[in-house]
Amino acid sequence: MAAIDLAGVKKTYPGNVTAIHPLDLNIADGELLVLVGPSGCGKSTLLRMIAGLETVTEGEVMIGGGPVNKREPAERDIAMVFQNYALYPHMSVRGNLEYGLKNRGTPRAEIDARVEEAARILEIGPFLERKPRQLSGGQRQRVAMGRAIVRHPKAFLFDEPLSNLDAKLRGQMRVEIKRLQRSLNTTSVYVTHDQLEAMTLADRVVVMNAGRIEQIGKPTEVYERPASLFVAGFVGSPPMNLFGTDELKTEAGGSLPESIGANTGTIGIRPDAVTLSANGNPAIAVTGTIELIEPVGGESHVYLRLPKTDRVMILVVRGHEGVSLAADLTVHLPVGALHQFDAGTGRRID
Amino acid sequence: MVENRPWLTFFSHAILILGVLAVAFPVYLAFIASTHPQNAFISGLVPLLPGDRMIENYGTMLDAGISTSGAPPLGVMMWNSLVMALSIAIGKIIISILSAFAIVYFRFPFRLLAFWAIFITLMLPVEVRILPTFKVVADLGLLNSYAGLSIPLIASATATFLFRQFFITVPDELTEAARVDGAGPMKFFRDILLPLSRTNIAALFVILFIYGWNQYLWPLLITTDESYYTIVMGIKRMVQVADSQPNWNFVMATVTLAMLPPVLVVILMQRLFVKGLVETEK
Repeated sequence: MAAIDLAGVKKTYPGNVTAIHPLDLNIADGELLVLVGPSGCGKSTLLRMIAGLETVTEGEVMIGGGPVNKREPAERDIAMVFQNYALYPHMSVRGNLEYGLKNRGTPRAEIDARVEEAARILEIGPFLERKPRQLSGGQRQRVAMGRAIVRHPKAFLFDEPLSNLDAKLRGQMRVEIKRLQRSLNTTSVYVTHDQLEAMTLADRVVVMNAGRIEQIGKPTEVYERPASLFVAGFVGSPPMNLFGTDELKTEAGGSLPESIGANTGTIGIRPDAVTLSANGNPAIAVTGTIELIEPVGGESHVYLRLPKTDRVMILVVRGHEGVSLAADLTVHLPVGALHQFDAGTGRRID
Repeated sequence: MVENRPWLTFFSHAILILGVLAVAFPVYLAFIASTHPQNAFISGLVPLLPGDRMIENYGTMLDAGISTSGAPPLGVMMWNSLVMALSIAIGKIIISILSAFAIVYFRFPFRLLAFWAIFITLMLPVEVRILPTFKVVADLGLLNSYAGLSIPLIASATATFLFRQFFITVPDELTEAARVDGAGPMKFFRDILLPLSRTNIAALFVILFIYGWNQYLWPLLITTDESYYTIVMGIKRMVQVADSQPNWNFVMATVTLAMLPPVLVVILMQRLFVKGLVETEK
């Protein structure tokens, strides 16, 4: 178990393509850190640099305090879980679990004990003698996790481990990974493009975009106080409503509350913060036509077409209360729930 | 197609049976001829039913051979052919799997050049380069030796290419998982790549064994010592007799025996093929 520190780490591919701009990141001992971002944002590259599968162009990767830039993946004492599991197809489950330990010259008795332990934790005991192809997707996923656990590594690295599973199984495995990580208390870095996974699993979330870190913070922090326009748009489902200051001014009837600063270029509001009545709080009122209603169980997502700017606003209402298709609806945007972003940099203004 | 048209069924079966006959009849004829005394062929008609000399004919060939046509006993030639075919098949597989491993998994200077150099030799079969190759083998003193019979035929672009194509389909993540698990390059090759290539190796072995067994021109060229004759060239020598009829009964006995090892290899290896096809690994 160990902390992982990245200092000024940068990755450039031949042809001067920069995949990762110099960044610093400190992952505490025992922490579960999730790297999240759209495809191509560099999150997997960053993970592979920690694993030692990619070279580091500049900067220093440190695991447990010592620099590991020049070390082979095996010497870094990390374990990795791959998206397609990467189980050795010709070895039994037991063979898969043992392989890394054997290569390290672990004594036989120790190997057996660790395999036994991993099989018990992951409940894969009955499959130990089977080949990976005889297992279901979820079972393979467990074996892949088992291969990481038996090593007792300093850190687990997960590269989108759940994206090959169906939605139900993904939910189950997510819970299991979280429970496992808690009980083993091993430093973990988890890469995903699924923000739901990121929010539910993480101790801290790192939102990445185009090779840069947009925000690092607790899941609630990232959701409630997105540091940039990108984070605001990426995190949350349905996504945050984002309007230009002028657009909102037009819709609000020509004036905005004083709290909106001069530099504010974009104003955002979460769909669940939009209310049907002002309840006496200061709010911006806008009126539009209901274009679409998506019932998702306990609540509905309402798509409101705003006539003056022809923009769509999404809001969440409880049940189906008081909304019907094609009707006009006036909604209130509480001033306290507005997010403001700088016109030039796109950073958050408080 | 679940149509039931009697004529179509009849017609397609007739064609299949004709095809089987076209392949099987000459083989049958060869076997029948090997069971008759020599004078059975003088009339010019080949008998269609088995004769009574089977044991004597095969016995003579295995035991003594036909000394008049300069052919050693069959056993020696069979042994030579077997050694040659096995060394070619095994040698080719070892060389090509290692070179494909190098080309796919290592970044070394002129890697692409190396691949294309190997690939281009596909266009140079033994027959094209036979004289320079003969010169090289002769200068190395390898005439009349097993090494001379097999080594020049071992370098193989085809097998290298096939292994390369297979290695490319092995997921990168498997390689990376092995790296994380502490397997160095040769360990990865031995523990992961080799077991995964098992069915490819079996398929190549069949093809290459038959290729080696059927070599004719090369052994003819570099062997002058009877004890290194291979069976395929031996058959030709038996037919070439001066001032008399070839001993067709003995020739056909030899032919029948020469067919056996390749047939055995195909039959035995077929099980591994099927196994490889049923259990799709990866």
